Amino acid sequence: MSSVVTADSAYRSPPGRLHTILLAGIVPLFLGALLSDIAYYQSHQIQWSNFAAWLLAGAEVFCGLALLFALIKLVRAQRKGGYPLTYFLFLLATFVLGLINCFQHAKDAWAVMPAGLVLSAIVFVLSCLAAWVGLAPRTGGVQ
Amino acid sequence: MKRSNALAFMSIALLLGACGEKGADTQARGPDPKLPEQQRGLLPSMKIAEPTAWGEQKPTVPEGYSVTAIATDLQIPRQTLVLPNGDIIVAEGRGGSAAKLKPKDVIAGYIKAKGNTKVKSGNRLTLLRDADGDGTYELKTVFADNLNAPYGLAFANNKLYVANQDELVSFDYQEGQTKAAGAPASVAKLPSQINHHWTKSLAVSADGRFLYVGIGSNSNITERGMEAELNRAEVWQIDAASGAHKPYATGIRNPTALAMHPETGQLFSVVNERDELGPDLVPDYLTSVREGGFYGWPYSYWGQNVDPRVQPGDPKKVAAAIKPDYSLGSHVAALGLSFSQAAMGDKFANGAFVGEHGSWNRDQPVGYKVIFVPFANGRPSGQPIDFVTGFRDGDGKTRGRPVGVTVDPRGALIVADDLANTVWRVTRNR
Repeated sequence: MSSVVTADSAYRSPPGRLHTILLAGIVPLFLGALLSDIAYYQSHQIQWSNFAAWLLAGAEVFCGLALLFALIKLVRAQRKGGYPLTYFLFLLATFVLGLINCFQHAKDAWAVMPAGLVLSAIVFVLSCLAAWVGLAPRTGGVQ
Repeated sequence: MKRSNALAFMSIALLLGACGEKGADTQARGPDPKLPEQQRGLLPSMKIAEPTAWGEQKPTVPEGYSVTAIATDLQIPRQTLVLPNGDIIVAEGRGGSAAKLKPKDVIAGYIKAKGNTKVKSGNRLTLLRDADGDGTYELKTVFADNLNAPYGLAFANNKLYVANQDELVSFDYQEGQTKAAGAPASVAKLPSQINHHWTKSLAVSADGRFLYVGIGSNSNITERGMEAELNRAEVWQIDAASGAHKPYATGIRNPTALAMHPETGQLFSVVNERDELGPDLVPDYLTSVREGGFYGWPYSYWGQNVDPRVQPGDPKKVAAAIKPDYSLGSHVAALGLSFSQAAMGDKFANGAFVGEHGSWNRDQPVGYKVIFVPFANGRPSGQPIDFVTGFRDGDGKTRGRPVGVTVDPRGALIVADDLANTVWRVTRNR
């Protein structure tokens, strides 16, 4: 069930279950925000912009908690460089830009555009990178 | 020992959007305001009133005038009306049922509520009477209750007209009456879905034939969708006898108070303009309301200044937009309007009093006072003069927020204060 502790597990083992749920969750949430922004950009229907704002807010909650796990993981890692640091930095960038994007989406009507759409695209890519690195399968140690 | 009941300082100065902002001196007032460029940081600049009790203090009035609180402990007094026998009717309440559509609405709603009273909506009319004319209103009684956020008041045709947030109603009135005889009669239904701007202002033509109702927009700047703006940001003309209505003026974002010029019979309105375009945009204004006129909202402001937040835009509507008569300054939140009379004294005889509830979307607060706009030849003319001030002091303590103002023909100005839940009466010293 739970992973066996090995010498290199501190920086090589994948995140725990809750951490995984949070980290994996940000990808569809940021993707949903991006798609909603695209829909608003094309249709001028304000409801898409409302959806985007809530999806972003949800993504930021998940992202913030995942960031906390990532930080703990980084602090506890025996080797601070490499994977734990890369993962943490990707997630931190995702969170910070995501927060700016939340404020951008708090503007009224078309004031969200086009910066909101651009930010949503960047943040989605960053979230994918963070999850890609963070959820990388174990490459060594005891299974 | 006098216990200080000062509340914790509440100051949200989110500087990201407030660079280079100055005080009221940057506010362009008068007929031809110079409008700055639009600006909006990542966060809107905000400064919320910090409510404090009046205690022994009172508002400040010009030399030769006095002010007294004639009623306290009301339930959110907004607008007032002086009846022919001198009795005062006070409309009390708060309306609106706008859903929180975005995370922003939740947060902004919480922050803005800090600057308002915690008292529950009265949904009633209170009658105040000074039978012996000594300036003390010894009778304070409920004239009618179970109303739905009453706001606009008018008297004509032996009827007391009340604009609730969803319906224009009337009470039969006989002089001296202190309580309504029964439930009000419906005159006309008013647009009430969402009611982002819920206040329904009211004025009546001199002959009592037409009622004019101001209906605010359903958003700051269409962020609830254009569908929500059907029949909004309009002044309706309603036939008093039949209840039939037509849009009298459109594109008038939030006409929060209406009044008839006593000599010309021209309808005037104070109008609250859009937020989040910077500390000195967009000016709230006082204007004559022209029949069939379009005043720009949402597509443009102050004539042809296009608001890019509204997409798709409408160049034809922009071209048709009327420039308002007179800027009151941005974000002052003008909520009261009443034309003066000779009994107010020479300096304040010809013009209009305007109650300014005060700003939130500005790092340096403006408004929070009652001003006098001088008129000449039936038009606003010259710079405004402060008439009642002292509602907010330099360090942000806010004791009151003026809403409705009403000139009492016996020579007094009635000011409703919806933060202190008080009605003030300003009189000339004799």
